Amino acid sequence: MASDTIAINGFAAGDKPIGERLHGWVTTVDHKRLGILYIVYSLFFLVIAGIEATIIRIQLMVPHNHFVSPEVFNRMFTMHGTTMIFFVAMPILFGFGTYLIPLMIGARDMAFPRLNALSFWLTAFGGLLLYFSFVGGNGLYGAGNAPDVGWFAYAPLTSRAFSVGHSTDFWTLALLISGIGSIGTAVNFIATIITMRCPGMTLGKMPLLAWMNLVTAGMVLLAVSPLTAAQVMLCFDRYLGAHFFDTQAGGSAVLWMHFFWIFGHPEVYILILPSFAFASEIIPVFSRKPIFGYPVMVAATVMIGFISMSVWAHHMFSIGMPSYGNTFFTITSMVIAVPTGIKIFNWIGTMWGGKIRFNAPMLFCVAFLFQFLIAGLTGIMLAASPFNWQLTGSYFVVAHFHYVIVGAILFTLFAAFYYWFPKMSGRMYSETLAKWHFWLFVIGFHLTFDFMHIPGLLGMPRRIYTYEPGRGWDIWNLIVTIGTFVQGIAVLIFVVNLLWSVFKGEPAGNDPWDAWTLEWSTTSPPPDYNFATIPTVESRRPLWDLKHPEDPDWKYE
Amino acid sequence: MSSVAAAPAPLKPEWTLPSRGRVGMFCLIAAESAVFTIFVIAYIFYIGKSSSGPQPKDVLELPIFISICLLSSSITIHLAVRALGKAQLGAFALWWVLTLALGSIFLVGTGREWYHLIYEKGLKISTNLFGTTYYSLVGLHAFHVTVGLLAILIVTIFTLMKKVKTEHHEKVEVFSLYWHFVDVVWSIVFTVVYIVGR
Repeated sequence: MASDTIAINGFAAGDKPIGERLHGWVTTVDHKRLGILYIVYSLFFLVIAGIEATIIRIQLMVPHNHFVSPEVFNRMFTMHGTTMIFFVAMPILFGFGTYLIPLMIGARDMAFPRLNALSFWLTAFGGLLLYFSFVGGNGLYGAGNAPDVGWFAYAPLTSRAFSVGHSTDFWTLALLISGIGSIGTAVNFIATIITMRCPGMTLGKMPLLAWMNLVTAGMVLLAVSPLTAAQVMLCFDRYLGAHFFDTQAGGSAVLWMHFFWIFGHPEVYILILPSFAFASEIIPVFSRKPIFGYPVMVAATVMIGFISMSVWAHHMFSIGMPSYGNTFFTITSMVIAVPTGIKIFNWIGTMWGGKIRFNAPMLFCVAFLFQFLIAGLTGIMLAASPFNWQLTGSYFVVAHFHYVIVGAILFTLFAAFYYWFPKMSGRMYSETLAKWHFWLFVIGFHLTFDFMHIPGLLGMPRRIYTYEPGRGWDIWNLIVTIGTFVQGIAVLIFVVNLLWSVFKGEPAGNDPWDAWTLEWSTTSPPPDYNFATIPTVESRRPLWDLKHPEDPDWKYE
Repeated sequence: MSSVAAAPAPLKPEWTLPSRGRVGMFCLIAAESAVFTIFVIAYIFYIGKSSSGPQPKDVLELPIFISICLLSSSITIHLAVRALGKAQLGAFALWWVLTLALGSIFLVGTGREWYHLIYEKGLKISTNLFGTTYYSLVGLHAFHVTVGLLAILIVTIFTLMKKVKTEHHEKVEVFSLYWHFVDVVWSIVFTVVYIVGR
């Protein structure tokens, strides 16, 4: 991917020594290169966190398994969760946003290119710091190496008394640093979208991807900052002997829960809104219809942004809140299903009566629609506080949020990969391999996460390293683990497809999908300056207007 | 429709968008507000929960003078920015240096207060919950003042080297937004720590 992009950017890759080319990547402030750096970096961590998930599943495959020790198991689920959220999902979505937003709004770069580079390198450093804990986390007492406090790191487990050594320090510093990087990216997204749009692109004519990333960035500002603040407090507790979360001195463990989840729940929407953005760009192109209900989509996005800020304590029903607290958070958590449901209807409305082309991006989007619906339904079940009391901390919850993160976010990410791969690399992927990837991944996903609900309903708690036979959990855990391997094979096919296509794929041309947004009007991959002349747009589908001057969109908008 | 078609093509309206510096600064301020909100919530949550050690009413005195200094530096920086917009470089330098002086007085005042609390009253960040939340919240604000003062100092050096011109007006104005934000935060911290918390 590296040599290819440089070559087309006019650097004459063959002439330059490898050191100079690498130097170009390290010092770049080009949004396209930083976007690709984000994506490649996240894919690297995706593989690592996937291996950690596999270790967890092998350990739980049969009762009384001794594949890993309890201590290692704790580290594995902590590192798997932390890595997947902070160093896979967020940077990969930021990567697509960094790459696509300037191209889609007709700009030549982000508003603050150097801040863009700083944000990426802060995120990258955070990830390396987290993994350095495997080497450097021993601390003075030789206790622990990687963080093992769970991805939400409840107090007082993170205090010096219960978490000796430096593993928790690596966890909190990694999140602090990558959080600052995320805030920088969010500032950049908003400034770019507000101030860099090409002439004619009013907010009402902006691609939905830009709209949804705008709302996401606003949420990052308001939701990641509390996490950063809480990490500073935790650092003070651990290094300076402060008592924020020290229950011995009157501090409150529940306060940490509030601070973490006031970040943690908006975070889910920070991840899902860019996924919605991919679906909102891909489904219309492959249905050959403009998006159904554009203004309603925008309104629903903004509504989700607002409501998601007021649902966090549904992660905390079991701590014993007053009844009005339970009622409030039950109601808000159920209300957020309304704008989300609106979106699902709008996507179906877009497909309805369209000439649907079932290429790989569209297949992943259709699967996303079904799976996201089911994930939303279990979400409504868990939002009801009495039901939640029964199943909180069980594998039902684990199945629910993996249904969202894998079934919705990862599926749309795969769709986005296949959809924009021709633009980023200039070459087509293999459709055959992509179909294999899709079907194997769908089968593996449903084997794993459909059946994971059942041991949860039967009372299997999350985060246990092993279990007794004969509780009715055995067969389900075996199926879940088998599904993991099917997914692993599917992801392997995906990686092979990408690597093969980068070097050997058919040349893609500027616009392989006959699409309508501005990124398809420039070459694949785009030149350093993106557009030779800054485009002017008159409707939401500028390329449709160009291709159909006899029947342009702006007549009807 | 026909009447529209018959009319001469309307001139395209000029395409103007907000300045990216201002938008970026407002975003940063939004994020910083969230950070301060969390620290203020922690402070309010822990008022009166210290199990031992000095209590706020025993040791805290109202920092009236330095508060007046900091809040009036908002006025001086505003006058400085306005002078730069009108190309009055002398007036700009005067108001800018005054801002630096007022901000520095505030920072020195905070330092003296901390010295008094640590060495004479024995209140440290690890003493009790009051110490924990007090030093965190006031310290977070003082950190922002320090960052702002460093930026003001850099601009002061450039001013003395006669490098600051009218074309830098927007950049200086964008920075002044940050300084106003720091002042607004102080009025909240003052209310919470020295009035409500005492």
